[in-house]
Amino acid sequence: MNQEQTRARYAVGIDLGTTHCVLSYVDLDADDDAALEVMPVPQLSAPGTIDEKWQLPSFVYQAHESELSGDDLSLPWSQEPVVVGTLARELGSKTPIRLVASAKSWLCHGGVDRHSAFLPLNSPDEVPKLSPLDATGLYLEHLRRAWDYWYPDTPLVDQDVTITVPASFDPAARELTADAARNIGFRHLTLLEEPQAAVYSWIEASKDAWRDEVGVGDIILVVDIGGGTSDFSLVAVTEDDGNLQLNRVAVGDHILLGGDNMDLALAYRLRAKLAQQGTNLQPWQVMGIVHACRDAKEKLLADPDVESVPIVVPSRGSKLLGGTLRTELTRDEVRESLVEGFFPQVGIDDHPAAQARGALTQMGLPYAQDAAISRHLAAFLSRQHGAADELFGAGAGDFIKPTRILFNGGVLKAPALAERTLTIINSWLSTAGAPQATLLSGLDLDLAVARGSAYYGAVRQGQGVRIRGGIASAYYVGIESAMPAIPGMEPPVEALCVAPFGMEEGSEAEVPGREFGLVVGEPVRFRFFGSTTRRDDTAGTLLDYWEPEELEELPEIQATLPVEGRTPGEVVPVRLASRVTEVGTLRLEAIPRDGAERWQVELDVREQ
Amino acid sequence: MNFDFTAIPTTLDAVHLGLAVLAALFLLLYLTKGSSSQPAPQAAPQPEPKPEPAPEAKPAPKPAPKLKEATPDAALQLLSLLQQEARFVDFVREDLAGFSDADIGAAARVVHEGSRKALDEYFRFEPVRGEDEESRVTLPEGFNAHEVRLTGNVVGKAPFTGTLVHRGWKVTEVKLPKLAEGHDTRVIAPAEVEL
Repeated sequence: MNQEQTRARYAVGIDLGTTHCVLSYVDLDADDDAALEVMPVPQLSAPGTIDEKWQLPSFVYQAHESELSGDDLSLPWSQEPVVVGTLARELGSKTPIRLVASAKSWLCHGGVDRHSAFLPLNSPDEVPKLSPLDATGLYLEHLRRAWDYWYPDTPLVDQDVTITVPASFDPAARELTADAARNIGFRHLTLLEEPQAAVYSWIEASKDAWRDEVGVGDIILVVDIGGGTSDFSLVAVTEDDGNLQLNRVAVGDHILLGGDNMDLALAYRLRAKLAQQGTNLQPWQVMGIVHACRDAKEKLLADPDVESVPIVVPSRGSKLLGGTLRTELTRDEVRESLVEGFFPQVGIDDHPAAQARGALTQMGLPYAQDAAISRHLAAFLSRQHGAADELFGAGAGDFIKPTRILFNGGVLKAPALAERTLTIINSWLSTAGAPQATLLSGLDLDLAVARGSAYYGAVRQGQGVRIRGGIASAYYVGIESAMPAIPGMEPPVEALCVAPFGMEEGSEAEVPGREFGLVVGEPVRFRFFGSTTRRDDTAGTLLDYWEPEELEELPEIQATLPVEGRTPGEVVPVRLASRVTEVGTLRLEAIPRDGAERWQVELDVREQ
Repeated sequence: MNFDFTAIPTTLDAVHLGLAVLAALFLLLYLTKGSSSQPAPQAAPQPEPKPEPAPEAKPAPKPAPKLKEATPDAALQLLSLLQQEARFVDFVREDLAGFSDADIGAAARVVHEGSRKALDEYFRFEPVRGEDEESRVTLPEGFNAHEVRLTGNVVGKAPFTGTLVHRGWKVTEVKLPKLAEGHDTRVIAPAEVEL
């Protein structure tokens, strides 16, 4: 290990988004006021055309051999065998069977083997397939190449790299993200939760003034609504030695709901309107309408004076006149579909209908079934009603009352949606007799996560405020309880806490009191659970009863004892221990009673 | 299998003729391209002294040897961008006769929105003169004749006072995409065949 010799010159933050990736960086050798920069990413924008953009669309296109010639794929550094970025998205809009999209959502989908190559989903056999892990690796590899092209003397793998993940990513998805990055060769890697990155970006943007905007006792609610996902977090402000401290006290569920759903909702509405007028749209026209709706939506939501925006879908052929479809999107339609559809004014106790969890075997992404983001938010605040009790003493009421709101994500750039969200939260607060929450501003909502993660990298090197938090869930292993079997009944399961809530990076917990018999050479699977609300369980706590919403079942985990030095079939008693690595991933280990070895328990079980 | 390297073909068959022609062709290619050709596609980016318009406050892009400067191809490239984004060529090549203003208006929106998007993305504009049009302006001695054109009663000496008819436009930054070597810029829009 020659890590000492290659001290990082730059702190690099990578926002590995569902729809876009952004890379931002700080020069650590520069003076105090090191400027934060966003790296322009050279990428193909059309065959043979290389453009520099701030964002790299997270898409891979598996071109047919006769589709593009070698020269068409030249990048400044090489000819790539696959197409990544803007061109991938463009080509894929017309040939979806060859497009890999939403790899990140697949990465946290426990119902599939995330190492197996199955994307693009349901495409013909001759299209080469990628695993979600491969696709993530390709985006990172493109960014690495772009960086090394700008900075050949300071390769990206030697820099201090922070990659952001949704706060709601389960341990396996985090581990997979870290794996993808390790495959690229990153040596100094940290994972950071996206809402935390937004908070860091806000701190960085406000310079030192952030201390004037929040005080002890404040609870900051981070609402992050991106293209594909919505993510919520709570950060409590405390004091330590006269300095303000930020503590991330809760994170929300993974909700596959975002701006893309809104564009689709508008497009389908227009399609219905046109169908009523006797025009039936072809699939490519619907795609065109989705595109046009995206721009029109932004105009209508930004400017209260605009009553309607024309939506024009040009013909596909070279005859533009006559074949062009024209309709319009009105302010009322946008309000009805988006504001009322996605942000309905609901009560704090109006929660989304519970999703059936039985769908784990079904192929397809588990999109949120309830489109109302305000209901998801209400459920989050209610579930986390006790999140700050430990810091501020028990609060009254059925939900936690934020005092400051920080918005992030492209969707909330629209003033109408941001205002609506704030109004809803404040209506909950005033009904409960609590003071109104105010908005923290100053973020570039598209680039904040990348900027914040680069800033975090710089903070880790020196002074500056760090958000404390540790892991945002407690984790449990399921144990079948020793009860006489009853025919037709599943044996009841007890949950053994293996990693307590809030475990910090670099810390370790042994699970006392309980031994497991592992069979040498044979994989043993365990049921695995997480809880974002049980804060007081310590490692070794055994639950024989819990409320259904308290524990969420995660994909199974698996322990395999290697055969070396033992007899296959022998049963070895082991204890479990958990560790949160410096990278920010959870590790479960099996430690045999006799001996100092440790075997890693796989969080992401591969299909046999 | 045995090869007899001493065997000399006694007749000139088609294969050998082909080989000979190919060899001559390669030699010709080598001579015309000279030493400037890049041997490997994976050539590392090399610094080149010629500066180029960089995106504002970004690391100075190091021009890659594989990418050619968009000089003679720039016009075609711009045409291609306008066609892709705004259907510019489609629109201009069409005969407007027989179409209603509503039809033309719908198409004009496509062209207008797309052209604006393309221009905003690749150029930065500013007016040459900041004053309001139709206001009186005075041009001092030594004014930049490239930037301001005098019309009408052009007599006498500077300073000139007159009416600002058009503010003029100046491009302050051009950032056209780079093109791969061997990219045929003449195809500004490929034909599209759906399978």
